[in-house]
This record gives sequence, C-alpha cells and structure tokens, in this order.
Amino acid sequence: MDKFTTLTGIAAPLPMQNVDTDKVIPARFLKTIKRTGLGVHLFDAMRYNNDGSENPEFVLNQEPFRKAEILIAHENFGCGSSREHAPWALLDFGIRCIIAPDFADIFFNNSFKNGILPVRLPRAVCDQLIEDSKLGGNARVTVDLERQVVVRPNGDEIPFEIDPFRKNLMLNGLDDIGQTLQHGTAIDGYEAGKKQSQPWLPTIAA
Amino acid sequence: MSGSAPRTLFDKIWDSHVVERLPDGTCILYIDRHLVHEVTSPQAFEGLRLAGRKLRRPDLTIAVADHNIPTKGPRTANEIQEEDSRIQVQTLEANVKAFGVPYIPILDVRQGIVHIIGPELGLSLPGTTIVCGDSHTSTHGALGALAFGIGTSEVEHVMATQTLLQSPAKNLRIDVSGTLGLGCSAKDIVLAIIGKITTAGGTGHVIEFTGDTIRALDMAGRMTVSNMSIEAGAKAGLIAPDQTTFDYIKGREYAPKGEDFERAVAYWKTLPTDAGARFDTEVFLSSADIAPMVTWGTTPGQVIPVTGVVPNPMDEPDEGKRAQLQRMLDYMALKPGQRMTDVPVDVIFIGSCTNGRIEDIRAAAQVAKGRKVADGVQALVVPGSGQVKKQAEDEGLDRILLEAGFEWRDPCCSMCLGMNPDKLTPGQRSASTSNRNFEGRQGIGGRTHLVSPAMAAAAAVTGKFTDVRQLG
Repeated sequence: MDKFTTLTGIAAPLPMQNVDTDKVIPARFLKTIKRTGLGVHLFDAMRYNNDGSENPEFVLNQEPFRKAEILIAHENFGCGSSREHAPWALLDFGIRCIIAPDFADIFFNNSFKNGILPVRLPRAVCDQLIEDSKLGGNARVTVDLERQVVVRPNGDEIPFEIDPFRKNLMLNGLDDIGQTLQHGTAIDGYEAGKKQSQPWLPTIAA
Repeated sequence: MSGSAPRTLFDKIWDSHVVERLPDGTCILYIDRHLVHEVTSPQAFEGLRLAGRKLRRPDLTIAVADHNIPTKGPRTANEIQEEDSRIQVQTLEANVKAFGVPYIPILDVRQGIVHIIGPELGLSLPGTTIVCGDSHTSTHGALGALAFGIGTSEVEHVMATQTLLQSPAKNLRIDVSGTLGLGCSAKDIVLAIIGKITTAGGTGHVIEFTGDTIRALDMAGRMTVSNMSIEAGAKAGLIAPDQTTFDYIKGREYAPKGEDFERAVAYWKTLPTDAGARFDTEVFLSSADIAPMVTWGTTPGQVIPVTGVVPNPMDEPDEGKRAQLQRMLDYMALKPGQRMTDVPVDVIFIGSCTNGRIEDIRAAAQVAKGRKVADGVQALVVPGSGQVKKQAEDEGLDRILLEAGFEWRDPCCSMCLGMNPDKLTPGQRSASTSNRNFEGRQGIGGRTHLVSPAMAAAAAVTGKFTDVRQLG
C-alpha cells in the first residue's frame, strides 16, 4: 500500500447522498481476479451513455475533474456491498481521498486498506468545498494527514478527526497483516484456551 | 474481561473474542468461521501467494461458488459460458486446492448461497464470530453470532492470521412487539425497520433485534431480518439464541453432537443480553404498524405499505433531497401519488440470501397454488441451496410452482445482483425478494421493488403489485 502523507489535487464535487457501491462499480465488473484496471468502469452508469459514449454531464467527464484526486460527496457514501472493488476502482481512476459527512462502515474500512483517505467533515463544510470546486482548475485542495487538516483553495484550514491507529498505518503505508503476525504468540494462546473451553466448535477437514 | 457490569449479547461475544487490545483501543479479534466465495477472494489468495503466506486455519474456513453460477443448464466451473464468470469460479477451485481450503463442489447437494449454507450445515453457531467477503454475512446474526461482511484486504488478513483488527461498535436495540398481521412476514418487518431508521440509521452500530414479534419468528424469518441489517447501515444484526435456535441447530451436519451439544447449549444460554445492560440507542416498533411492504425508490429505506401511494418529492423541504427523490422517481418511472397496486411488473425473482430458504418457497407456493403467472410476466424461483431445492421437490413445491407457470431453477445468488445470466433488461420492472433496489443492481436500467416471497408471488399471478391479503 502506498503511503498517504499530504495530497494536493483537484477536488471533484459529487453532491449526492447514499452513493452506493453498485453505483461506484456495478456487479458485472466484479468478475475480475485482479485489483487493477477497474478505473475505466468507475461510476459506470452515471459516467457513460447507453451506447458507451461519455456522458458530458457527469463531473468526471469534465475538465479539470478528469484528473481529480479528491472526491467531495454527501451523506452515507459507499453504502451497500462489501466489494473492495469500489475503492480499487476509485484508486485506479486516481482518487486518493474522499470527503463526505459520513461513510458506510465497510467502505470506510476498505478505503484505508488501499491507501484512500476517507475524511469526515460536516455537511456545511462539504458544501463549501463543493462551492469551491466551481473554481475549476484553481480548485486545488490540500489534505494534510500528518496535521489532520484540509486546506481550501483560499488557504483556510479545516481540521478533521482520524483514529491514531489508522493514521499511523496510512502515514507509513504499513501492511497490517505483517503487524498482526507480530502478535502470533497471543493468537496461539487464544486458540489453545478456546480449544479447552469450547472443544465442540466444529472444524472441517479439507 | 467480563467484570460485573451488565453486558449486551454483542458485548459478550466481542469480549470473548479479543485476543489482544492494542494501546490505542483497536482490538485483535479472533474469527471462528471464515466463509469464502469466488467474487471477493481471488485477490486475497493472490496477496497470500505474493507474500509467501498460507492460511492459518483452513479448518475454520469453507469455500463455495455462488455468485456466478448459472441457474439452468450446465453449471460446473468449466461449463460456465461467460468467460470472466468461468475464470472467477475456476480461480476459486484452483485456489482452494492450492491452499487446502475445504470446498463444496458446485454439483454437491450442499452447494448454495454462502449465507444459506452456513446455518444449514450447522457451521454458524451462537456466540461465534463469522466473517465473509460479503455484506450479507449479517444473516448469521440470527443465530446469535457476531457476523459481518469484510472487504478483500480483510479476507486476506483473516486467511493469514484468523483475526481482524477491529474497533468496538455501539449497541443499537430494535424492539418489535405485537402479533404480526395476516400476510406479513419477516421481510415486511425488516423493510419497515429500514424505512423507519433509514439506510444509515445503523452506521457504527451492531443491532440486537428484540421483542415478542422477533421471538415468534422461525429461524428463516430471523435470518431474513438479520440479513438486511446491513441495509440499515449496521455492522451486524443479532438475535439472542433461544430454544428455537437450539432446535434449529441440533442434528445439522457440523453442529456439536451428543454431550458436546448439551455443553454448547449450556454456554449459549449464557449469551443473551443481561438485564440492565445499556444500549447506546433504542428504537421501538409495533407490529400493528407493519403491513405488506413494497419499496418504491432506489434505496431499501424508501418503502411503503402496498396500500400506499408513491410519495411526492415536492413535500420534501430540503432542495438536495428533493432533487434526489425526483431522480429516483424518474429512474423508477413512477409518478407522485401513483398507487402501488396500479404498478405493473415484468419479472418476479424469488430467492437470494434474504429469501431463498424453504420457508420462503413454501410461502410463494401457497400463493401460487391453483393460480397462473400473469401473461407477459416472467417468474423465477431460485432456491438458496441444493438442500433447499431438494426439500422443496420432496414437498412437491416445484410442481405447484411449475404448474402455475413459474420457472424452477438451480441454486445461486442469481438475479439478486445479476452476476450470472439472470438479469433485468433496461426498463424492466421486478418484484424481488432480494435485498437491494439500487440503480442497475439487477441489470442495467432495471427497476427493482423489494417485497416478501408471498408478495412477489401475488405480483406474479396478478401482473402488478397486489396486497397479498386481498388474494385470500
């Protein structure tokens, strides 16, 4: 996973509530065995017309948002399925940060695992950032994870909260499996205790 | 860890699975059961392979292919027509072999939707932690397990460590009381709940469903309720284990047997929420307010009784919400004030991890018996597993449905999300017993209305949404 320290980029407005993961990436594109290459299908139904041509109304088909690295949305972003294809598609397109009033839990988790920073900010602040995005190419937003601030194009700084464990993993691009494996002895001990207390838990021979 | 303070069912399961609490409060949580399917696992196996890691506990893991499998004609991995579906299933079969993961072959009678077969095989047990790379893992909460969906990175984490890094969730109690009205089912209860608390109402919470209405449900009904907890945004949806639960588990293939079963039951009886335990939020519903429900919008929270009319966006004061409601009505091709019972349907889908159990098929067959599917309507019945299919055939339900003009298919996730050939075509309208009515969920441009199995069957035989209570 790539580190996330500071990102300065174009922020695209997507002022919608309940952007579900079927909208982010429809199920027919989940039939891949890779993590990469999904960016072209990101927001497929909104981004393309029925004949496959681009829908010029959709924000990511407009300049300068084709190169957006930040997305600003409304409440309950990423609701629905657990598909990690949703953050994979966002990442493959180039999105590294999503700012919204709140996120669905599984999507929120999945984003961190892929180096995408989900930032929770109040609706009024999101709307302000969406207003800022009308500056087009000048709407460059900075997300500074170390200092936990979002910097608006006019230089105003907006602080945000993040749990320290996740912040550390993101800043250092750490593989959390490697981290957990360092606790192998504790896991061994737990398993031994469970075998004693709940010997009836079923196991399956391969 | 336990202390003397009263605890909820969720607190108890959580506490008993914490391997280690890290300094910042994040917990290493032990996972008792990992369910694996073909869609969300290939990249996890690949990650293990690249890091030179193996599965820590393949004996606590079970894999099955369910999302891509055709529901008619040849259906083994190599026979799947669509190339990317075939490759995904073939990849699962290669991975389970390479990593030594127990696997239920496609033609085995025990194959089916992962959330149907876990409980069916006695693998989903009270007091355990169960995960799967699938949001509807919440289903298993009906047995009093802490069960939740995870992403592929977490699938890989469980494979390598048999644990997950988790922060505790809040406790949300949803209490439903009173006798459920005629024609109403567990599906109507959970749709009414989501309508009340909204699709984000459960975010950050684990739900415990309580109350005499929930207690009176059979296990199939409880699983329907827990299944859609995720549609309310909750991490999981639990129901305390009781005699109904124990009777359901007893005798199943992997369930503890004999003395072990008695020991297990003794433990399971300690799990229900203590008197005086604190919930962060409590919500109360009365069965008297629950009617046969139909969704009208493109999130599961947009639901009304079948006797209701399509809402008017102009009644919404917030401009942004108003625009979104209008967009939904445009997508769904509905008009404000339109009566749901005047809306015609094209396709009926009865199945999925929400409503693909034998009880659901019985409910559909009861309505279908002696009636005919309306002209121009296609009606699919897709059992949730090979065992459900066999039992239905043993009971003669397939003949009732076939005589009524329904199609009787093989088990798979099917039209719930259209990863196999069963899809809506643009503009088609479905009455579906599945769980999500998102835009395009059942096929590009498809219009999905979520209903119970009885309501789906009623729509099939009349060709429009129909109050099942009126059919008699």
